[in-house]
Amino acid sequence: MSSVVVGSIERADAPPDASSPAQLLAPDGTRHPHPSLDRHVADLGPAQLLALYEDMVVVRRIDREGVALQRQGQLGLWPPLLGQEAAQVGSARALRRDDFVFTSYREHAVAYCRGISVDHFMPMWRGTAASGWDPFEFGMAPPGIIIGAQTLHATGYAMGCVKDGVDSAAVAYFGDGATSQGDVNEAMVFAATFSAPVIFFCQNNHWAISEPVELVARRPLADRAPGFGIPSLRVDGNDVIAVTAAMRAALERARSGGGPTFIEAVTYRMGPHTTSDDPTRYVDPLEREEWAAKDPIERLERHLRSEGALDEGRRARVDERADAAASAMRRACLALAEPEPLALFDHVFTEPTSWLTRQRSQYEAYLAMFEEERR
Amino acid sequence: MSEMTLAGAITAGLRHALEADEKVVVMGEDVGKLGGVFRVTDGLQRDFGPDRVMDTPLAEAGILGTAVGLAYRGYRPVVEIQFDGFIYPAFDQIVAQVAKLHYRTRGAVRMPITVRVPYGGGIGAVEHHSESPEAYFTHTAGLRVVTCSTPQDAHWMLRQAVASDDPVLFFEPKRRYWVKGEVSESMDAAPPLESARVVVEGSDVTLVAYGPLVATAIDAAAAARDEGVSVEVIDLRSLSPVDFATVEASVRSTGRLVVTHEAQQFGGLGAEIATSITERCFAHLRSAPVRVTGHDVPYPASRLEDHFLPDLDRLLDGVDRAMGRVNSLTGWTA
Ligand SMILES: Cc1ncc(C[n+]2csc(CCOP(=O)(O)OP(=O)(O)O)c2C)c(N)n1
Ligand SMILES: [Mg+2]
Repeated sequence: MSSVVVGSIERADAPPDASSPAQLLAPDGTRHPHPSLDRHVADLGPAQLLALYEDMVVVRRIDREGVALQRQGQLGLWPPLLGQEAAQVGSARALRRDDFVFTSYREHAVAYCRGISVDHFMPMWRGTAASGWDPFEFGMAPPGIIIGAQTLHATGYAMGCVKDGVDSAAVAYFGDGATSQGDVNEAMVFAATFSAPVIFFCQNNHWAISEPVELVARRPLADRAPGFGIPSLRVDGNDVIAVTAAMRAALERARSGGGPTFIEAVTYRMGPHTTSDDPTRYVDPLEREEWAAKDPIERLERHLRSEGALDEGRRARVDERADAAASAMRRACLALAEPEPLALFDHVFTEPTSWLTRQRSQYEAYLAMFEEERR
Repeated sequence: MSEMTLAGAITAGLRHALEADEKVVVMGEDVGKLGGVFRVTDGLQRDFGPDRVMDTPLAEAGILGTAVGLAYRGYRPVVEIQFDGFIYPAFDQIVAQVAKLHYRTRGAVRMPITVRVPYGGGIGAVEHHSESPEAYFTHTAGLRVVTCSTPQDAHWMLRQAVASDDPVLFFEPKRRYWVKGEVSESMDAAPPLESARVVVEGSDVTLVAYGPLVATAIDAAAAARDEGVSVEVIDLRSLSPVDFATVEASVRSTGRLVVTHEAQQFGGLGAEIATSITERCFAHLRSAPVRVTGHDVPYPASRLEDHFLPDLDRLLDGVDRAMGRVNSLTGWTA
């Protein structure tokens, strides 16, 4: 009797970091050739790399300001992206204006690269409004807090692109933890079913709050996608060149009718989960140190310096820009007006209902009574 | 007796439950090493091991669905949902499976699952972290739904919930987690899980509250007393089933009813209590029942939450409405 072996049973227990991710730029700044990815980044010369470098420095600075503002009581919460700059900048800069991204909450750098001004980052985290920008203006949905839900939205958006005969793509950004959610797995089933031009961009930063990726992954996360019929790539998420190449490859497939791609960007969450978290309870400082040596910005800096493309003067100008962005964000945060109480009732429906109109006017009368009493 | 926070009293309750019955298992996101984001399970994995206190994959449907399977196998899962707004992925498992299996199998299969849910607002959180979804579950036949307002009740009710052979949704008022009180770890004086409690006696109006608003209601009763109105405050404790006998007895003597909750008004607990009490003792009502609740809008951005949540003044306004005194609907000139 012959037996049918499904998958490679001998590898069923390979740890999630078993296969080494594609890397074009080593931590020491050396550029390594890559057989399939090089052609996607052939145009990245010193000027383009410098632009990516500047983006990463700016978003790291903005992120630091977000943490500081929260510590000073100006923001309710801030989820830091520290360590994930290359994954976010490399992927977002590969996109076109007409593409659409659906992210979770940590993707400040994606928002920045979509052209969303830092002012718009503030309302949600300060708590003056539920979101800060018009999704259609920037091709970016509001940050999603419900883990994994946005992956289905990206898939549906991509299905719409196919129906409309346009070659735009949708991108779902989500984390390693999110891959456990039913929604994410359903999104992959739908994407494969409808050959949707969607890119599943998974930032494996090794943590879902306190749960290490090893808890849920017996094999690399990227290995899951082929089972759904979705090609996948595992790239060094701290290598902005590799991430750019992977995203461009995926976009090329999406735009040419090839359907979805799953990218696992292997990176590390260098900060706490959010400003409310205490990672000393669960992070091994040695592991964090190992990842610090693979820093995405430092490695590009080494590369640019070795190429003679970055000197002290240029570095200083980049820092100035980063500081300017951070202080613009701080100013915007402090300048945010307190919302009007009755704004509470706005936008529940496209047109106010009689029930809600009555409730609103009763609350208005209630507030007015207090005003009168004060006078 | 020892002094505990409300959160600490639940931790102590979990500890008792784990010690008392080896079939009790705790499961949820970050409940292990981290001890949960509110530290309610702090130290439990260390002391009972990862087989009894399990960090689960990040998937609420998965958590509840596997809890069902564990219950089939004779386990008594105590599940933590990290925040109120994250229970919805598990909704299907809870309402279509957990709630119905005993009925569907004509009593052969029991679902002694406890679902712990930190709920409610007032902590300045971002979206999905401040919701009060209790009415979705009280509307579902086959689920017990309870909530506590003091450390003592938190302790007693958690242990009773785990011991119950029915599934129990255990809502924890997260903004009161750090409230302290004396807690007895003996169950001898614990009232039945489904009983309500009169926490302030009064004669003019019955104010029914639960969870995070019980403390607000007690403050309102004190303020009303200064204005010459005697408010009786009832802590409902069990939201399904409701101890209507206690509420009815109170309303029969006061003749007036105010119900308050953070959750939105439409189709909420307030509607059910007002209607049931009206049906039971209409002739004793001297004025129409009043609801003081969250507005029928999605839970707002945190800088607006004070306008969403019922507070002392809104409760007093509700009391004034029930009493026929000057209130926000009549205006000063009435
Ligand atoms: C449905 C749902 N369940 C639980 C949470 C609480 N929660 C917020 S972030 C998080 C971990 C997410 O990990 P991952 O997907 O790896 O993203 P990362 O935070 O690392 O960027 C959890 C459990 C949530 N926001 N939504
Ligand atoms: Mg993660």
